[in-house]
Amino acid sequence: MTTTAPAAPPTAMDTYRPTRTFTFATEFRRQASRRRTQLALGFMVVLPLIILVAFQLNTGDGNNGRRRGEFSSLVDLATAGGVNFALFTVFVSASFLLIVVVALFCGDTVASEASWGSLRYLLAIPVPRGRLLGVKLAVSLAYSVIAMVLLLGTALAVGTLRYGWHPLRSTIAGDIAAGEALLRLLGIMAYLAVSLLVVAGLAFLLSVTTDAPLGAVGGAVLLQILSSILDQITALGAIRSFLPTHFAQAWLGLLSTPIQTDNLVRGCISALGYAVVFFGLAWWRFLRKDVVS
Amino acid sequence: MVTGSIVLILLAGVISWAAWPVPSSYRTEDRMIAVKTGPGGDQDVTLDTRLYLPKSADASHPVPAVLLAHGFGGTKLDSVSDAQSLAEHGYAVLTWTAQGFGRSTGQIHLDSPDWEVKDAKNLVDWLARRPEVRKDSANDPRVAAVGGSYGGGLSLLLAAHDRRIDAIVPMITWNDLARAFLPNGIGGGPENGVFKKQWAGMFFGSGGSMGGTAPVAQPRGPRGADPSAAQCGRFALDVCQVYLEMATTGRPSARAIDLLRRSSPAGVLDRIKAPTLLIQGEADSLFPLSEADANAKGIAANGTPVRVAWFTGGHDGGQGPQSDQDRVKFLTAQWLDHYLAGKGAKPNNSFTYSRISGIDASGDGLVAAGFNVADYPGTGGTKTERVTVEGPPQPAANPPNGNPAAVSSLAGVGGAIGNLASGMTIEVPGQHADFYSAPLAKTTDVTGSPTVQLKVASPTREAVLFVKLYDVDANGQPTLPNGLVAPVRLTGLPTSIDQAVPTTVTLPAIVRRFEQGHRLRITVSTSDQSYLSPAAPTVYTVAANGPVTLPTAAGTPLQSPSVIWRYVLAGLVAAIALALVVLIALSRRRLRRREQTEDEYAQTPLVVRGLRKEYADGFVAVSKVDFAVERNTVVGLLGPNGAGKTTTLRVLMGLTYPTAGEILVFGQRLKPGAPVLSRVGALVEGPGFLPHLTGYANLELYWKATGRPEAEARFDEALDIAGLGTAVHRKVKTYSHGMKQRLAIAQAMLGLPELLVLDEPTDGLDPPQIAEMRKVLRRYATDGRAVLVSSHLLAEVEQTCTDVVVMHKGQIVASGPVDDIVGDSPSVHLDVSDVDLAENVLDELGIVRTVAWSGGNSLVVDLDGTPRAEVVAALVKAGIGVDRVVPRRRLEDAFLALVGGDTKASGER
Repeated sequence: MTTTAPAAPPTAMDTYRPTRTFTFATEFRRQASRRRTQLALGFMVVLPLIILVAFQLNTGDGNNGRRRGEFSSLVDLATAGGVNFALFTVFVSASFLLIVVVALFCGDTVASEASWGSLRYLLAIPVPRGRLLGVKLAVSLAYSVIAMVLLLGTALAVGTLRYGWHPLRSTIAGDIAAGEALLRLLGIMAYLAVSLLVVAGLAFLLSVTTDAPLGAVGGAVLLQILSSILDQITALGAIRSFLPTHFAQAWLGLLSTPIQTDNLVRGCISALGYAVVFFGLAWWRFLRKDVVS
Repeated sequence: MVTGSIVLILLAGVISWAAWPVPSSYRTEDRMIAVKTGPGGDQDVTLDTRLYLPKSADASHPVPAVLLAHGFGGTKLDSVSDAQSLAEHGYAVLTWTAQGFGRSTGQIHLDSPDWEVKDAKNLVDWLARRPEVRKDSANDPRVAAVGGSYGGGLSLLLAAHDRRIDAIVPMITWNDLARAFLPNGIGGGPENGVFKKQWAGMFFGSGGSMGGTAPVAQPRGPRGADPSAAQCGRFALDVCQVYLEMATTGRPSARAIDLLRRSSPAGVLDRIKAPTLLIQGEADSLFPLSEADANAKGIAANGTPVRVAWFTGGHDGGQGPQSDQDRVKFLTAQWLDHYLAGKGAKPNNSFTYSRISGIDASGDGLVAAGFNVADYPGTGGTKTERVTVEGPPQPAANPPNGNPAAVSSLAGVGGAIGNLASGMTIEVPGQHADFYSAPLAKTTDVTGSPTVQLKVASPTREAVLFVKLYDVDANGQPTLPNGLVAPVRLTGLPTSIDQAVPTTVTLPAIVRRFEQGHRLRITVSTSDQSYLSPAAPTVYTVAANGPVTLPTAAGTPLQSPSVIWRYVLAGLVAAIALALVVLIALSRRRLRRREQTEDEYAQTPLVVRGLRKEYADGFVAVSKVDFAVERNTVVGLLGPNGAGKTTTLRVLMGLTYPTAGEILVFGQRLKPGAPVLSRVGALVEGPGFLPHLTGYANLELYWKATGRPEAEARFDEALDIAGLGTAVHRKVKTYSHGMKQRLAIAQAMLGLPELLVLDEPTDGLDPPQIAEMRKVLRRYATDGRAVLVSSHLLAEVEQTCTDVVVMHKGQIVASGPVDDIVGDSPSVHLDVSDVDLAENVLDELGIVRTVAWSGGNSLVVDLDGTPRAEVVAALVKAGIGVDRVVPRRRLEDAFLALVGGDTKASGER
């Protein structure tokens, strides 16, 4: 190299392509290395085991086989087979655990970069802001799905090993053949995934708004809780249908025969509507934001 | 939190839009209408009425009318919401409180043609006098009669006794009141029926109790102080006596049967010419589906149009799920529109029914699936299935006085729940006989009345039995569909089961799916809490004979109106997908667009022109900044804390948007995310690393994120500069501040960017490292590269940089090559023994331009070209000791003149 500038000096511009920056794989690796990712995913594997152990302890308690009404039948049914066990695990996780996990993956992702200061270096690479959000969101959603799959997979595997492969038993409908029950279980997970988009959207929006990862995660969970509480107040009438959590239980419709799809469909519309608003706001905000952290 | 507020405002907007009251399209008139009624038409009764008139209705635009009658024990206010929706639909709706109830006067005659029906005829007359009501001819208004239960019975009887009625919609009502209260599952008249004591008691109770709440002025009738007034309340004496007699003996007298028959449509169905829509509930142990069936057959026999619909509610099940309510509403509106208003196509004859399919997933009650059958099949179904039930003849004990009794349903509650769970039904051990079928080979949807044959023996030659069809699931849990039972009274029985002849029992009509693998159980009990059974203890012997016949009526599933949401969802998904594709395509195109280059600056690493940055809160961090960085230079951006250096660098890195002005990097406009940023390496506002990763992994992932070839990164050179040694393989969170700083500088240098921007690079470094860093930066700024260093330390800039830009309060105050600016200044620092004297001496000499005291023994003297030696000599000559002579330099001058004395950071100004 000479000290004078050559006619056409090779520059970083020649190898830089905006669409090659910050790939899904890179972000996936970055997040995979984080302890919170590992813990959250690990817990998805451990939870079914904990539930299983809890059931084992319970049967040793002396009240062998005593059935007392519909409520204790929930536990009775949970041990009726692998599918029932998986369903029980999903049932107890859906109302809170999955919300927290999704809020964690989606709420922490941008805010934590901001709090570490690494966000500004990514933007200075430059990773186009829209792309940064897109990849971040895709990876967060991917981890959310992985968490759900791990939970369901482990519960199915553990439950089937312990209780066997039997038709799904339920109190409100007849038995459902194991194969079909598995499909319905996947349907339930799919519906949960769609309805959790609301949490994801809200957490993501808060994530691009604040530098405090905990604030984003907590804020999203808090609003979900608030919505659930409001949903309990029947005096609100038709307004409740507009609450993001109003159709949270609609997946139970997949357990009846024939399947009740009305609320599933309405729940999907509600969830997608909220998700579009939240994600739209997140993009709108982040593309115009002064990144000062 | 701006976003949070936006979300809240949006939410509030949606909620208030949903909750905003809509102005009503009708008005109401309450009035007491006096009518002449009774067998002779000479009794005065005043009816409490309310007329709902659409606002559009007047004499020139008369509208059809609807008589909307309430259920037993109710008032005109029970039907407010139905009346409102009919009025909004364009009908004049007249609701009234039937005589003997509420504020209306008179007594309860059980829809007697002489009383309640006459009242209604009077109301038709009254409607005919209203100019707003459409007429078919004089004194013949266009009018329909609609009502449920007691009101349904009235509408049937009114249509039979008044030809002016143009259409009726009787709901959950009776055909034969005698049979409804004295049913018998083997047929035969009410003479041999089993008294439905629980319902009868509720019926009577709700009428009798009204006595106490009646207006004081209400005439008590001829009874006066008759003690039976206390017993009968507002019931007419004959009705009351019939009840008392029946409830006491359990057997009706001929008089009782006559009275009940008079209040029944059964005998007058052939006189009904008004098109009839019959809606009956499946969860109804008071007026079961068979009552509507009898009405339908009787009315259709005259050629009158009849349509039948079953829904999952009823006297036990209420209004049923929303889908049922919507269907009933739709059918009613369609019926009235065609036969009353003359709008819309003729409703077809099809029969619709629904079946409970599960508990609503949202916890709001039950969910029903609707079905459509082309023609009404009756309770016998379109087809039948036969299922054998088996079991040995079994004894069943009749408890004395029917206690303890089996529980099938509680009048008015729980029937629908009984459809799903077994909790509501109780069989008393020893008091019933069970006959099971084998597990069903296929799922069977029963729609109608199953039948079964029984053989019974009784020592008294008589028996009252309650026959039920249970659905027993694979786990042995029995469910009694809707809690319905068939009571039978058998007479002339043999004492031994061997001599018994089979009797066919018709079970209540049900709509239920019996799943494959479930079993049927015919249970024959000796008592039931809802019925009056013989008081004497006996033991019957019961045997099942032959199969259970299950009627089916396969229909096409009804699409619930909520199907529209599926299209909404599909539309939403499509719209989102389309929007995503368009947005991604647009942003790709924008990324591919080549930035315009200003050629004259194509070789200049950095040009800042008229930059201004005003933050959202109005604070102006940078008011006007212009400078340039040429190749092969190290430019220092010097200024006190808060001078606007960092803000400038933030804009330069594309982190914040400038308010005005622009930045050119190699001639390209710099915007957030501009590709030309790839030629810039930066350290701004301290390091930013993933704390849980090693230093090396951080650099590696950072470079991966650039998407550029690994060979371009020059990791080794960068790591050399960082000088972290083996520490580079430790997690960043274990690093000291200085180590992070060095790693951040190394990261900025990855790929040897042509413009390196470092914000306070020596922050946290120790002196040897600082010295080393100076060398590194000077070496870096070769081969056409340039470095921009910001600092608030004069010395650092002076020793490191080739050029300097001094900023203060958001503005450039000086700029140029360091050598130019740092060169000798015309002034010196003099430390003297006597400041005042020295000042005087120098002033008098006139060889210097200015003299200023700068604290302590120090003077700042502008020599104006006079050699320093001369000044010193002059002072010494005047007897003043000179301790120190220090030449001052321009940069310091400039810096201190601008900054000195003003220790406040500009950020705090």
